[in-house]
Amino acid sequence: MLRSRITPCLLVHKKGLVKTTEFKDSKYVGDPINAVKIFNEKEVDELMVLDIDATVEGRGPDFNLIKNLAIECRMPFCYGGGVTTVAEAKKIISLGAEKVAVSAAAISNPNLLLEIGTAVGVQSVVVVLDVKKKGFLGGYEIFTHNGRKATGVKLKDFLHTINKIGVGELIINSIDDDGKMKGYDFKLFDSVRDLTNMPMTILGGAGSLVDIKSAITRYKTIGVAAGSLFVFKGKYRAVLINYPDRNERKDLYQI
Amino acid sequence: MITIIDYGSGNISAIANIYEKLNVKYKIAKTAEDVVGAKKLFLPGVGAFDETISKLDDTGFRKVLDFEVLTNKTPIIGICVGMQILAERSDEGTLPGLGYIKGHVKKLDEKSLKQKPYLPHLGWNSIEQKKNCQLFEEIDNEIGFYFLHTYYFQCEDNADVLTTTIYGESFASAVNHDNVYGIQFHPEKSHQNGIKLLHNFALL
Repeated sequence: MLRSRITPCLLVHKKGLVKTTEFKDSKYVGDPINAVKIFNEKEVDELMVLDIDATVEGRGPDFNLIKNLAIECRMPFCYGGGVTTVAEAKKIISLGAEKVAVSAAAISNPNLLLEIGTAVGVQSVVVVLDVKKKGFLGGYEIFTHNGRKATGVKLKDFLHTINKIGVGELIINSIDDDGKMKGYDFKLFDSVRDLTNMPMTILGGAGSLVDIKSAITRYKTIGVAAGSLFVFKGKYRAVLINYPDRNERKDLYQI
Repeated sequence: MITIIDYGSGNISAIANIYEKLNVKYKIAKTAEDVVGAKKLFLPGVGAFDETISKLDDTGFRKVLDFEVLTNKTPIIGICVGMQILAERSDEGTLPGLGYIKGHVKKLDEKSLKQKPYLPHLGWNSIEQKKNCQLFEEIDNEIGFYFLHTYYFQCEDNADVLTTTIYGESFASAVNHDNVYGIQFHPEKSHQNGIKLLHNFALL
């Protein structure tokens, strides 16, 4: 039976790995390749690596980094950051990433997703949506450029667009909960699950394996992603790469 | 010696890296000539069916593969879309496949799924072995492998089904006929099980 995916999300900033809070205050947590090697040992379900500088700096993906990650990764990995063209997406897949994530460029031009899907296969196209709550009844708005740029696009409206185009996976990242380790915003993810049918991965706020378990209980088959949870240990947030072992995971998957 | 076909599709470096660590000799075939006299063939593949088969045609690999596989009976393994192009045709495209195993690639049936998500079939899933095969020796069926696909291989002859996996309905997650093997999942991304399977292929 298909299991849920428990996915560490790694953020690349100035060639190192960092972890942010509300998309700010980045703290250095280590070297990307070294982290991949540790996650290989821990047999993680999959990895997500996001370059948080690329779009902000107006540059394309760091292909050298992607190549080195893909060679090392013994698990599937999804790369995101600065992807704006079909050629870049094709290159990322040919370098050995299973999935390519698009965010800012897809919001300004959703047809890009269609073009990338035709080139690399729809199943490998991932959309990452960084969202923030808009007031009490305002729903959620999509942000880009590392949470700095409000797009004015409502999450709900963009999901309708995605449904028409079709992608392989949707990653919803809650800016408000990033790095806080206080639990997932299930209200947000419930609304996304209701509006879409494709594989969904939730990100932002996981603080313990209990949060992971409640997400899997709630959605049955889901991608549960987390940053802080898998790179920090203890209340003083000491850097320590960690991941539930096989027995813990058996309990989390609930199948 | 394993000859990995480099026709611009699929995860060659990850596969090569695993064989490197296993101390299994391999070479990466960049041209059709590199395939002549191969002992074992590895056919990766990512992307859409037509695009993948076109690449195989454009790079000139197809003719030599036909000869090595059909006449010389060289063992070959196709992975993911590299498996699907072993079939005769696919609902995903209009071009004919290699036709090494009788079958037809179809879309997974969304209606057979009782809960979201629907498609693609994405993540770790278990397998059930349908016939004894060295390729799956010492594989943990329950842990299974990593899948990422929307289409699957429908064998014409049930005897060609090596393993099945359930996603809504049961489908062939690995196929085999004579010297031709195809697997839908990604062994190069499936930790110990994947490494074991790649090693098993080398030992066939």
